[in-house]
Amino acid sequence: MTLNWFRLASPATFYPVAGRLIPWFAWPAALCACVGVALGLGAAPTDFQQGDAYRIIFIHVPAAWMSMFLYLVMAFWGAMSLGFNTRLSAMLAQAIAPTGALMTFLALVTGSFWGRPTWGTYWAWDARMTSELILLFLYLGVIALRSAIDDPRRADRACAVLALTGAVNVPIIYYSVKWWNTLHQGMSVRPGESKMATIMLLGMLIMSFAAWFYAIAVVLHRARSIMLERESGAAWVGALAETRS
Amino acid sequence: MTTAAEPAPVSSAAGAVLPGVRWALLRDLRIALRSRSELAVQLLFYVIVVALFPLASTPEKTLLSTMGPGVLWVAALLASLLSLPRLFAADYADGTLEQIALSPYPLEALVSGKILAHWLTTGLPVALLAPLLGVVYQMDGESMAVLAAALLIGTPILSLLGAIGAALTLGLRAGGSLLALLILPLYVPVLIFGAGSVDAVRAGLGATANLTLLTAGLIIAVVGAPFAAAAAVRIALD
Repeated sequence: MTLNWFRLASPATFYPVAGRLIPWFAWPAALCACVGVALGLGAAPTDFQQGDAYRIIFIHVPAAWMSMFLYLVMAFWGAMSLGFNTRLSAMLAQAIAPTGALMTFLALVTGSFWGRPTWGTYWAWDARMTSELILLFLYLGVIALRSAIDDPRRADRACAVLALTGAVNVPIIYYSVKWWNTLHQGMSVRPGESKMATIMLLGMLIMSFAAWFYAIAVVLHRARSIMLERESGAAWVGALAETRS
Repeated sequence: MTTAAEPAPVSSAAGAVLPGVRWALLRDLRIALRSRSELAVQLLFYVIVVALFPLASTPEKTLLSTMGPGVLWVAALLASLLSLPRLFAADYADGTLEQIALSPYPLEALVSGKILAHWLTTGLPVALLAPLLGVVYQMDGESMAVLAAALLIGTPILSLLGAIGAALTLGLRAGGSLLALLILPLYVPVLIFGAGSVDAVRAGLGATANLTLLTAGLIIAVVGAPFAAAAAVRIALD
């Protein structure tokens, strides 16, 4: 039996599917977050060089990874919406932008707080920080462009073009510590090897999964709201229990 | 009456890239040169912005010469932003842009011609004027030469990326400031490498690395931006 994926491209079909999927991501997110925080704040030892200030890594790194990953996912769904001319792909891209912006903002702010005790400064214009700040502006630009265009389909296509144009920034952020002499530390974690103590790495990976599952749950929930809003004239919306007053 | 065996006539313009570029370039240049005062105003804006910074901070020499390349570059970015709406807005307002999009010439070629005309009337004068204004910032000859080279490579990138933003924000209420928000993050790498080239020369490292990266950016922009801008124009015309 082959699954026809394009059936899921209809908002009427995807709305209940998304509703059923959300708990499968929300509960694991909460669980991973509890375990990750317990590991990070409790079980992981005090760092030799940085003392206890390093523990913000358990929020900073997952947020930073999600900020880059979500932008690429948003650009992917934008490309899908341009290529297949599907409304739902664009609605997913629309749903991702605020969460991506939040993750970027969190990464910048937690990085600032981490920098103060360790580097002595809240901000330094080094390559990674600057390119992450540009990523925040790119997210805000996509959100601003969508709110500036009244016609939803024109907004979909314009935001997709903008997201794809800015997608080139993400590899720059990722490789910035390799390409430039920067204040930010280099890549400590690579697939297959890591320079971190195992329990710290474990805590960080569990928090990364927590951030990922949280992002999926929140994006699906927001996408459901967007579907109700944009498809409000459709018959299936009126037939839902939520919308019958 | 034509028989079924005769093929339908195809315009010689279909798929013709360079003739399309040439047509759009000559048209836009002709229109721009009709209002030479508008071009002069843009240059004057550049000069005024460059003059503002020493007034705002200090005319002290060492500080000025450190600030100089950065200020000249930022002013070039702002001048480019200010002139970008001129690229599509007038044609969009009177319906010419729709006719251009319907033409058998590839829209990417026509957009490339428009961008080239925009650079020739905006970016090129700024790139030639900036080193002269470097005197105000106590820049020496070598710095001025490197600045000119960097601006000559960088200003086309500004026109190319700016065209994408101008097409995306066609006809929108918040046009100008939204354009700035969308385009400035994309301009930042150009700014960093452009201003960095002069700093590198002053530090004795040589500008080759920065200028090479700028050129790479220019090549990527020349290849990619016309497609993105043409797609954005079609989106705006729907």
